[in-house]
Amino acid sequence: MYVIIVGGGKVGYYLTKELLAAGHELVLMEKDGRRARQIADEVGSIVLQRDGCEGKHLEEAGAKRAAIVAAVTGDDEDNLVVCQMAKHHFDVPRTIARVNNPRNESLFRHLGVDEIISPTRMALAAIEQDIPVHELLHLAQLPGGRLELIEARITEDSPALGRRASDLSLPEACSLFAIIRGGNAQPIRSDTALEVGDTVLAISRTESENQLHDALIGAAEGGDTD
Amino acid sequence: MRAFIAGCGRTGAGLAERLAAAGHEVTIMDTSTEAFNRLDHEFPGRALRGDATDEDQLRRAGAEGVDLFFALTEGDNRNILAAQLAAESLGVAQVVAKVNDPVRAEAYRALGLATLCRTRLLVDALATYSGLPRDPGAEGVAPAIGHHQEHDGATAGVAVPVGGR
Repeated sequence: MYVIIVGGGKVGYYLTKELLAAGHELVLMEKDGRRARQIADEVGSIVLQRDGCEGKHLEEAGAKRAAIVAAVTGDDEDNLVVCQMAKHHFDVPRTIARVNNPRNESLFRHLGVDEIISPTRMALAAIEQDIPVHELLHLAQLPGGRLELIEARITEDSPALGRRASDLSLPEACSLFAIIRGGNAQPIRSDTALEVGDTVLAISRTESENQLHDALIGAAEGGDTD
Repeated sequence: MRAFIAGCGRTGAGLAERLAAAGHEVTIMDTSTEAFNRLDHEFPGRALRGDATDEDQLRRAGAEGVDLFFALTEGDNRNILAAQLAAESLGVAQVVAKVNDPVRAEAYRALGLATLCRTRLLVDALATYSGLPRDPGAEGVAPAIGHHQEHDGATAGVAVPVGGR
């Protein structure tokens, strides 16, 4: 399987080493000459000192026969452009982008990036296990990257308070599957009414998280994103 | 009309002044406040420091609901991201991105963005000056291609979702 990695920073460098060790055929594109030589000295001639954002150079790197293009530079805009060019110009089946600003995740997916790697999101999720940062707690991202396991606590201000789970207007492809009440987990039945202090477990698409928030916790200030 | 301009370089500042002088409501954003020195002292619009590739900052600056959005920073990719944020996340109907790399400019037209390619415009101006025939594709803002948006004679295109297959 032929893989093109764009960006020879820490992520790109270690990714290259790991994939090489696993026996994959790959090319690393790094536009900075010094950095490119530094990595080439270690891993050999698979480093191309070229800007992967330029269509011309992506083509030289063999984008037309690549199974995967992974854009892992430190700049979201560069990673987006690499993936969009790969996907729509060279028909690369699978594109992966590193995203630093978590707010860009749903836009990138919408624009055709297949897989998002978000270091910020991962660190945030780890922190949220201990300290809630948002009212929705991200417990885990499910394999495939589009669905998340989310926890929400029902408060006195929640529009869902006293209502039955089946009466809530939930976003598409979102499912509430259990509540934790009084320290015990129980399945959500159609006649289960939500109470203050309930912890609701849900599976939702990342992009419908705002709607889920509105349904369970209440409309956020500043309006909806869509 | 309300216009939002990302990037207060020579082009952004010049356009902001023209639009404001014509009576339009203009907001211009740049990551450096020094860039605003390019604006006239009497510039009547709003000049805000901020990063136009950040959705939250765009919203706070009121980019949602403007009639026209111009991404004119010095970075092609930044313009592409800002323009797609404006079109897809903020719902702005008319969006133009300055993309100086001709290959990328053409590729993004096919993806639904109206683009302005300075390189192509300059090359054509100089080539025609030298007596060569005009490049028919090098005229002002190149509208988006291959998408079902309507044009009412305006040159700017409407970005449409180009989401996954």
